[in-house]
Formats: sequence, C-alpha cells, structure tokens
Amino acid sequence: MKFIKNFFERTEPLVQKGGKYHWLQSVHDGFFTFLYTPKTTSKTGTHIHDYIDLKRTMSIVVLSVVPALLFGMYNVGVQHFKAIGELAATGFFEIFLFGLIKVLPIVIVSYAVGLGIEFVFAQLRGHEIQEGFLVSGMLIPLIMPVNTPLWMIAVATAFAVVLGKEVFGGTGMNIWNPALVARAFLFFAYPAQMSGESVWIALKDTDKVIDGFSGATPMANAAAGNLNYSVADAFFGFIPGSIGETSTLAILIGAVLLIITGIGSWKIMVSTIAGGAVMGLILNAFAGSAGLSPEVATYFSMPFWHHLILGGFMFGAIFMATDPVSASQTEKGKWIYGFLIGILAIIFRVINPAFPEGMMLAILLMNTFAPLIDHYVVAGHVKKRTKRAKVSA
Amino acid sequence: MSEVIKLRKGLNIKLKGSAEKALDKLPVPATVALKPTDFPGLTPKLSVKVDAEVKAGDALFYDKYHPEILFTAPLGGKVVSINRGERRKILEVVIATDEKAGSAEFKKADPSTLSAEEVKEQILKSGIWPLIKKRPYGIIANPEEKPKAIYISTFDTAPLAPDYNFVIEGQMDTFQTGVNALAQLTEGKVNLGVSKDSAFTSVKNVEINTFEGPHPAGNVGIQIANTSPINKGEVVWTINVQDVLFIGRLFETGKVDFTKTVALTGSEVKTPKYYQTTLGAPVATIVGGKLVEADYNQRIISGNVLTGTKVSEKSYVGFYDSHISVIPEGDEYEFLGWADPGFNKFSATKAYFGKLFPKKEYTMNANIHGGERAFVLSNQYEKLVPMDILPVYLLKAILVNDLDKMENFGIYEVIEEDFALCEYACTSKIEVQKILREGINTMIKELG
Repeated sequence: MKFIKNFFERTEPLVQKGGKYHWLQSVHDGFFTFLYTPKTTSKTGTHIHDYIDLKRTMSIVVLSVVPALLFGMYNVGVQHFKAIGELAATGFFEIFLFGLIKVLPIVIVSYAVGLGIEFVFAQLRGHEIQEGFLVSGMLIPLIMPVNTPLWMIAVATAFAVVLGKEVFGGTGMNIWNPALVARAFLFFAYPAQMSGESVWIALKDTDKVIDGFSGATPMANAAAGNLNYSVADAFFGFIPGSIGETSTLAILIGAVLLIITGIGSWKIMVSTIAGGAVMGLILNAFAGSAGLSPEVATYFSMPFWHHLILGGFMFGAIFMATDPVSASQTEKGKWIYGFLIGILAIIFRVINPAFPEGMMLAILLMNTFAPLIDHYVVAGHVKKRTKRAKVSA
Repeated sequence: MSEVIKLRKGLNIKLKGSAEKALDKLPVPATVALKPTDFPGLTPKLSVKVDAEVKAGDALFYDKYHPEILFTAPLGGKVVSINRGERRKILEVVIATDEKAGSAEFKKADPSTLSAEEVKEQILKSGIWPLIKKRPYGIIANPEEKPKAIYISTFDTAPLAPDYNFVIEGQMDTFQTGVNALAQLTEGKVNLGVSKDSAFTSVKNVEINTFEGPHPAGNVGIQIANTSPINKGEVVWTINVQDVLFIGRLFETGKVDFTKTVALTGSEVKTPKYYQTTLGAPVATIVGGKLVEADYNQRIISGNVLTGTKVSEKSYVGFYDSHISVIPEGDEYEFLGWADPGFNKFSATKAYFGKLFPKKEYTMNANIHGGERAFVLSNQYEKLVPMDILPVYLLKAILVNDLDKMENFGIYEVIEEDFALCEYACTSKIEVQKILREGINTMIKELG
C-alpha cells in the first residue's frame, strides 16, 4: 500500500498553487484524504481529538441505508416478475440481479454527477471536498421511482447540488435536504413522467403485463378510496414504490444503527412517527363526518398506523428528517420539528388529492421553518437566563 | 455537609499512563523561568535587567496596567537571560538559581488577625497574586474588584490529572492557612468543590459543595455554574489547590516557597508518577530520561491533553500547571482511517467499537483525525457541557462578533477549559477553545 501514499505525496507539489496541475488540487486532496487520514496534528486547543470525523459519520449513514438499498433492488425484481406473472418461477438471485441491473446505473449517475459538481465547486472555492454528498448521492436513487430516466436523475442531482446546496456555501450551510430537493424538482418539473402506474415497475416494451396487475402504489390507491394492500407486504416492502422506501423493516434496521451510534437523532425519529400517528388518529375520528366524499371517508378511516408503513413516511422519518444540517438544531426544537413533519405529511397525503405522497413536502416545509423554531427555542433559553440574572440581582 | 450535586453531562477520557501515587523529590533546578505568555492579555514591564541578583520573591516584571501586580522570582539567583520573540515580546525571564541567594522577607502572621488590605498587599508583593484568576474571562484577578465569592476546585477530572488528595498529604494545615487568607479577600465565601470521599472535607471556614459526574465536573467554572452562576457585573475569583499552599506558606513562614508537585503522565512515560519541584521549573528536569524510547515523535504538554500547552524539553513548566502529559505526536498517515472498525479507538460517539470496552485505557496521539469542516452535527457539544448554556450558539455569536448575543449566551461564565471537551469531540474539527478566547478578548477590549 505504500506506493499509493508515495504517489500522492510525490504528486502533491504538482497540484499546489503554481504547480502544473494546480486545478486538480481538490481532487488530489479528496482522494488522498479518502485513502489516508491526514497526518495533521493539533496546533491550538486540545491535543487529542476524537477519532470521529465527517467521513466516518457519513459512511455510517451510508451503511445504515444499505439494507433499504439491497431490499429495494430485490423488490424492483419482485415487482417486475410479478407484473409479468413469473414471480413464482424465478429464483432469488435472478430477481435480485434484475433489480441490481436496474438500480445500479441510477446510483452511479447520482454519484457521478453530484461528486463531479462537488469537485468543481471545491476547486473553485479552494476548499477540501466535503463528504455531505456521499449520503445525498445514496439517498437520491432511493427516493426515485425505478423507471425514472437516467438523464432526469442527472438533471435533478445537478439541480439539487447546485441550487440546493452549493449556492448556500456547501455542506453544513444548506437550508433544505439536498436529496429531497432533487425529488421535488422532478416531481414538479416532470409531473407526467413522475406519476401514474407505469413509473414504479421496471418493464421492457416487450414485456407483457398479466391481466389484473396494477403498478399503482398503495398510496395512489388509497387516495382513490381503495385500501387493498397487505399489511405484511407493506411492512416487509413487497409493494410498488420508490426504490428504497418500501420496506419498513429494512429502514428500521438502518434506524437502529443510526440510534446506536448516536449519529441520527432519535428525538426527531420518534417525534415524526408520533406526529404521523396522532394525525392518523385525528383523521380516524373525523372519518364519519358528513360531507366527505366516499373515497376520502375511506381514506380517513384507514387505521392510523398503516400511514407509518406505507409510502415514504418511514424512509423520510429515519433518513430525511434527521439530516442534521437542515433539521432543527436545538433539542426542544427537534421535538417540535419532527412532530410537525408527521402531522403535515399525513395532512398532505390524505386531504390534498394533488399529492399522493406528502412526506417530501412536509419535510421540505419544516426544513424551511426549522430556523424559526430554533429562533424561538433559543429566545426562550435567553429569556430564562436573563430572568435568573434579575432574580439574583 | 451539603447535598451531592450530580452532573450527567460530560465525558471521562481514559488514557494510558496515569501517575502512580509515589512522590520523588527532584534536586533544585539549575535554572527557573517565568513566561509572561502564560498570562492571557498581560502587558509585562520588566523590573530587572540581565545579570541582576534576585532573592526568591523579588519582582521580575509587573503588569503595565496594574503596577501593583508583581511577578516574582520563584527561587533566588541571577537573571541570566530575557528571551524575546517577535516585536521584542518577552517570552521568558530566566534565572540561574543560587541556594545562597535566600528569600525576600514578608510578614509572618496568622492571616485572620490581619486586615483584608494587609492580606491583599502581602499576596500582591510576594508575586502569588497572579495565581488568582477571575471569572468572567479567566484572567488575573483585578485587586480593586470585590468578588462575590472565591472558588477552589479540589479535584481534577481531566484525563490523567493529578490527584490532589495525594498532593495535599501532610500539608492540610498550610492549606487551611491559605484558605483563611483568601477568606479575607471576599465579602462572600470561599467555596470548595470536592469529590466524594475527598480529603478536603475537613477544611473549615469554607462552603463545601460535593460534585459527582464525569469530566468537566472538576472544572471550577462548572462548579460555579451549578452553585451560583455568574451574572453580568458579578465577579468570582478562582485559584488552584497548590497555589493556596503558596499563600499558606507565605503567612506561616514570612517567606515565599513555591515548591509544588507536578504529575508526569501519559503513554510515553516509562513510570508515570509525581515529582516535587518548584514553580517555573525546566521541563527537562522533570521529563529528562523518563520517556520511553521511540522511533516516532512525542509531544510534551504542560498541563493536560485537553487544555495544556505544547512545550519543548528546553522550555519551562507553565505557571498554572501541576501536570505534564506526554503523548505520541501522531504525525503519520493512516490508511482508510475512517473505515477502521476501531477496537482501539475511543470516541465520544459510538461510531467505533472501542466504546464496547468502558474500562479500557487508550493511547491517543495528537493527530486531529480528519479535516476541518463547517458545523454539521448538532447536540454534540451540549452533551459535554454541564451548564445552562448552548455552546454552538455562543460560538456562532463569537464568530459573527455579536456582543449582545455573546453576553446573552453566557460568555461571562465560561473559559476555554469548560469547552475543551467539545473541541475534543467535534466531528468538524473546529478550534473551539481558540474561538472562545477570541470572543473573550473581544469582550475585554470592548467592555473593559
């Protein structure tokens, strides 16, 4: 392994300012620090530093998403073979392989485009390459329908990285969750391609869909007053949906890792889920009220906890709402922020027929309000402190 | 005895190389030195020239803005050099010691029979005064101010810190004399922060507060914040255990005696233990020949690994320090460091397996283990500061230079050591203590 280090050390002067390849400095530095933790030692302040750094943090988040990714690949295969009526006749590896071939290009495009832009911005700004996109680049494919054309993924990723993050100053400075910005961009820019029944199932033109198969997600069906889905399928994830969002189980495995390592905020996860459940109960209570159309009344009466296992709710609660940069920063604020996400997600879902899935918009909306929540929490803290000063004076 | 104050926030960092309870007396060092750089914000004016003969307790330099605050020779002898740095800034005043030089004479009296003014004057003249610090800001106490209380922490929870229960053995009466002298300086009380089963609970004429919890429970700032937090306009003085002994000896003998115990600790020390030497002793007399042979670089720190100062073997122990830590420098690359499962890596987070072994002691080097980033994770700092303070908001207020916010977020209550753990644990490798000191300097400059 020594030759790699020697290579990087030897080429270092070439990429410094005034060197022949100075425009490659951030790229050089990015790869070098990825392979080797730098030899920088502390100059001021503490002499020892924790082994945790942003690379470690981000790689743990990526690791926690892996179960959802792997299951997503498998489910892409399952949905495909179900559609053509060959599910029972197909082996596990064939199913997984089909999904792998479908999903991998999306992941590659997302990373290639996003990291490419990151490298360019890092070089222009003259700072190190930041690790934030390692996570965003993994989350973007998982919240896309599998039939999204690759060029759309590329455009959406570019939009998210440039306008969602870099214009604010890069990792740590953004207001909205970059991955959701990508998803929202597609949702509003290409509504025709991003909804309907065909987008969720990977099919070739030559594939013949069996009679009676519908590629619609349970969410879309529910909005139409049709609640036929199996709870077990929804929990394990054998339903149509965005690539990584379907399996509540796989997502919860990731959640456990995030909570154990302390990297994801359990407060946000719990409060988001609580918010969703509470809103589900409120809707249940009003299911019998007069003036509701039959479809809406049916949707109102859906058992409240089904909301948590359908659609992108759980994926959003665990991986999206908890993004530390765009979420609320104060501990009290996190409770409020998460709870409101849960409430809003269900409201958007059930009451607004234009949006069969409300999680994305709920999180983006609360990202926007997170600084306001923090402002009031901090103001309360200061008020308490100044009160203390007056009491003792 | 008052009730135990339990602090939950914080973190104990277990390092290899804690000092065994054994004391070696070192010979009188050939040279001793005072370093004006040990005092943040001080503008020193020299009172001696090179070649001057001084007794122990004779002034070497004084504070330009408070000429009554003197900095005196820890041992008698001859001033051999005054080392200066950039723009002729004074770095060190070095004395070649001479045992025949003797000590300057002061009043020998029971401090409780003296007036407050007499006690203050004696401490100022002897050069012990600079060991009394004030909060806010953690700078030398201003003799004209009236502190609402004086706080002494009798235990140190920092990694590898000396055990004052051991250091104080046989000197408890002197400590009591020192406390009696300090009691004259405040209209409030002298407060002792003690840990459970502390040797200090027998001290009289003080208010005793018992604390339990991980580091920084032993920091005097944390103890103040959890008993009687500092509000705007209030002043509290603080002093270290061994420095109280200097005051005690001054009044008991009428002479200055800056003998102190220094713990030599860390994974790079062959047999970590305590050494008796003097204030201003050269690092080499304590460290020389006592480190493990290594083919890598070692870092000598005057103080603990969180707040100490990097020193060379040619330098002198810091004015306020009772502790020397030696750790590997760690100036080496680590292949795929972020992907290591980390059974030997201690972390405040649970992102490494090292967390599974709570009793294990670790070797840590001075590598910062990553690159500097913007603030990303939240709630990392809050978990480590057992005070009613939002550290990140205070630091951000400092970064944007907003005085009102700094005041509102509690800059009067903290100094670097209270936030040191945040800097240790920071994922984004932000230089927390440096930022905080800049904020404090701004406050001093703008508000005086």
